[in-house]
Amino acid sequence: MDRLWLAAAVVAGIPLLLVGYITLAEGAVSRLPGRGSGWIRPWLWLAPGLFFITVFLIYPTVGTLRLSFLGPDSTRPVGLANYVFVFTDKSMLVALRNNGLWLVLFTLLTVGLGLLVAVLTDRVRYEAAAKSLVFLPMAVSFTAASVIWKFMFDYRPPGTPQTGTLNAVLSLIPGFQPRAWLINPPLNNVFLIVAAVWVWTGFCMVILSAALKGIPSEVQEAARVDGATEWQLFWRITFPLLGSTVAVAITIMVVFALKTFDVVYVMTNGNYDTQNTAFAQYEQLFVNHDFGHAAAIGVVLLIAILPVLAFNLRRFQQQESTR
Amino acid sequence: MANVTLEHVSKRFGQAEVVRDLSIDVVDREFLVLVGPSGCGKSTILRMIAGLEDASSGSISIGARLVNDVPPKDRDIAMVFQNYALYPHMNVHDNMAFGLRLRHTPKPEIERRVKQTAQMLGIDHLLGRKPKQLSGGQRQRVALGRAIVREPLVFLMDEPLSNLDAKLRVQTRAELIKLHQRLQTTVVYVTHDQVEAMTMGSRIAVLNNGELQQLASPAQIYSHPANVFVAGFIGSPGMNFLNARLIRAAGGIEVQAAGLTLRLPPALAAKAMSAPGADVILGIRPEDVRKSEADRNNAEPQAQARVEVVEHMGSELFVYLRLAEDTLTARLDPSLEVAPGDTLPVSVNPERVHLFDPQTERTLL
Repeated sequence: MDRLWLAAAVVAGIPLLLVGYITLAEGAVSRLPGRGSGWIRPWLWLAPGLFFITVFLIYPTVGTLRLSFLGPDSTRPVGLANYVFVFTDKSMLVALRNNGLWLVLFTLLTVGLGLLVAVLTDRVRYEAAAKSLVFLPMAVSFTAASVIWKFMFDYRPPGTPQTGTLNAVLSLIPGFQPRAWLINPPLNNVFLIVAAVWVWTGFCMVILSAALKGIPSEVQEAARVDGATEWQLFWRITFPLLGSTVAVAITIMVVFALKTFDVVYVMTNGNYDTQNTAFAQYEQLFVNHDFGHAAAIGVVLLIAILPVLAFNLRRFQQQESTR
Repeated sequence: MANVTLEHVSKRFGQAEVVRDLSIDVVDREFLVLVGPSGCGKSTILRMIAGLEDASSGSISIGARLVNDVPPKDRDIAMVFQNYALYPHMNVHDNMAFGLRLRHTPKPEIERRVKQTAQMLGIDHLLGRKPKQLSGGQRQRVALGRAIVREPLVFLMDEPLSNLDAKLRVQTRAELIKLHQRLQTTVVYVTHDQVEAMTMGSRIAVLNNGELQQLASPAQIYSHPANVFVAGFIGSPGMNFLNARLIRAAGGIEVQAAGLTLRLPPALAAKAMSAPGADVILGIRPEDVRKSEADRNNAEPQAQARVEVVEHMGSELFVYLRLAEDTLTARLDPSLEVAPGDTLPVSVNPERVHLFDPQTERTLL
């Protein structure tokens, strides 16, 4: 009951606090002599945002950076030892390799399949139904999706009833030996990626489909009259015009590939060489209680994502300037 | 040799029939204009010729080849769209070269044709620009150029001038006429603007509600409209329509409207005899209404009309008159001094009147 009151207080309190702040700040600014209010007003409006960014983003980032140069219990400096660990430890190297695998395969499959579904459904009458089906997994949490796919890939020794959907179906083929999909590296990583792709393809499909609808039909008709086959139409007209949206989808997928954690945690718990950096970070922090290692992994992940963010920001600015 | 033949072509979208049993033969090298109000099916007809829509029934041939099942890319046609439909990611040169590249035209040949066409249209200095960097008029030229370089059997144009401002439209209209004279290629041109139709067409097909109303030369359409719709649609301001009766009088036939009686000349009278009943619709073009000269001893009966609105256009004068219960638009000499409220004696040239059957709305002459 206490918690309920607390939740209610937070839900009502924070907006009230902000409204109160704005009213007071605006009141104060309007009372200032004309000259001063000009430059001070933008900062008053920015202040709450800046405050939250500082507390929840900049402070932890700087803190993590500091921890990454300290030992496991954050008491004595160890120089670059934690980073050396990240790039030399055997388990970490597997995690980094897996991240690379995720980065390439996950991104390629989600964007590729999303584009395929968007383009194909654009030409059929049951478009809405087909797209809803593909988008449906987005409504499932990653943990739930991982559990579903764990059942799909489940393995029982030969001779016993196969409870895993995939093995059960494939067992109908005479001579098929059930496979332990999630246990044999390195292919088991691919099956984890399949589960994540199932969830995220719908997302890529939706943003690509929206962009596709934005291409004037006359442009495509002009190309048809000009002599383009449907294949040429796609590669020479549709795809180049979707280019910027594809780039956005790729950057979003790259970020998700780099920070994936739940799928690995639920499906294999990081066993059988399926761990990735996010999982390794979790393990260092909550299993080994090594703050230094965990912080260093975090910093490496952050640095890996920076170029993607920079690219996205530049794109965004370009879009703003052409608007 | 590229005539376009439509035989009994119909197009249905679900229950709606937008084109009904249409037969048109577009002669080789002709500039045929499809004109009609919006929703008359003219754009659909063009899109069926292009292959962007399938005909529900009937046959479409281009240059003696049946093309009903031929995809657009193999019909050897080029189309100019209302909003130009340029490829936004390609510069002007590549926009024009696109169709030729798809057909594996040799590179030097592509360059030669693009350059020549660009010069002809005065866009050779724009070849490196993207469509976004062009004005509306320039884009329109690029769209034309993209069609011309292809050297197709037939040009299809879907209201290509309607996105231009009025002055540029008139200028481009003249250029298109010159271009057609130079290229000598069959053109099917869609517009809702009857001025464009009259000025550009070798022949005009007037459409309404998916049906062909009349197919004839501009002069023929203007002087001998087949029905009330064509008569009212072509000409600006539109033809005046008055309910009238045919009266057989001594030595001929008289047409009697509420405020006006005309004696038909013998040639017209002979044809008017065929009218099934006495009721007719009398059609009078504004330029056939004139101010009666009081001093002249003319045979034309005259009527007293009240001036309601006066429009000075500079070179001409439109006067909206009330004649008994009818309104009558007259195009008069701009030097005439009239003001709203005046009473004006008017007469009508009986040689140039039109008579329509009030039931079928078809012409009686």
